[in-house]
Amino acid sequence: MNTLERPWLLVFAAWLVAAVASLGALFMSEVMGFAPCVLCWWQRIFMFPLVLLLGLGLFPFDAKVLRFTAPLAFIGLLVAGFHVLLTWGVIPEALEPCRQGIPCKTIQVQWLGFVTIPLLSFLTFVAINGLLLAARKSLSK
Amino acid sequence: MNQKNLFIGVLLALVVVFGGGAWFYKQQQAQVAAELAAKNQAALVRADAPTFGNPGAKVHIVEFFDPACGTCREFFPLVKAMMTANPDKIRLTLRYAPFHPGSDAVVKVLEAARKQGKFEETLQALFAAQDSWVINHTSHVEMTGPILEKVGMDMARLQADANAPEVAAVVARDLADAKTMNVTMTPEYFVNGKPLPSFGFEQLKALVDEALASAK
Repeated sequence: MNTLERPWLLVFAAWLVAAVASLGALFMSEVMGFAPCVLCWWQRIFMFPLVLLLGLGLFPFDAKVLRFTAPLAFIGLLVAGFHVLLTWGVIPEALEPCRQGIPCKTIQVQWLGFVTIPLLSFLTFVAINGLLLAARKSLSK
Repeated sequence: MNQKNLFIGVLLALVVVFGGGAWFYKQQQAQVAAELAAKNQAALVRADAPTFGNPGAKVHIVEFFDPACGTCREFFPLVKAMMTANPDKIRLTLRYAPFHPGSDAVVKVLEAARKQGKFEETLQALFAAQDSWVINHTSHVEMTGPILEKVGMDMARLQADANAPEVAAVVARDLADAKTMNVTMTPEYFVNGKPLPSFGFEQLKALVDEALASAK
């Protein structure tokens, strides 16, 4: 049980990605003082529990953790995708569900000219979904 | 390496990076704020801003505030108590930072009350009754009428002054100065031109005590 087998490593990697993303989000809101917009909160709702659930699923390793975390990761991916399209202007602003505070279309940070916080969130959800799918595949072998 | 060691090691690394990063970031920010304040003393000290205490005092506190801000309400008596504890040694200047929606109208009323010599009374009354006119973080100047009447002012003149362009200009200037000083939250304090390293009454008191000691 103490060896580093492939499915365990994949779930561990997904946990690591979720943990880094969650701490990064907390760093930006609590330390740097960026106010999260409404869509950011929705993504947080689907990201933060992943850290706890995936962490619990590692000790002892429980394949069921994939079943419980996949829906969170997938819905988070949809919200993040929506948010990225919004910042790119693909989805018109009228559909924006934010009324108060920071509008979700506002880009607060941009690194290297194209990396925004919503894009990071989207890529993170893509990575988690990919790792969880890979874990499922390697388990069903 | 087994699973537990790997997990715990990575978890510790994450926590250390987060904590260290937060500490480093705060240090940097404090340094940037200090440099900014040192560079922009003119935007910090305006001779005509409302001031309390001995004008010749060696310790000068500048506070950016919003009458709708709950923490400003809590801090005001504490700062006044510091001044009472050190008679004639501390001067307090207030600057308008009406960040809450609707607060710009309320600070205009305050500036108008000042023209009738009732600034402090009006401020105290507004703070005391804050819950009745600040609803959901929005200031409702139209609900301050009964509070202002109790202070005892010429209400017609108050209204006319509050709408005067020179009062609006003072508020606009203070807001511009707040922006220059990178004031984004209220209350924000500067003691002899130095910003607080991090927010809190203890930090303010430490900075004031330090200034008092060096003024001797």
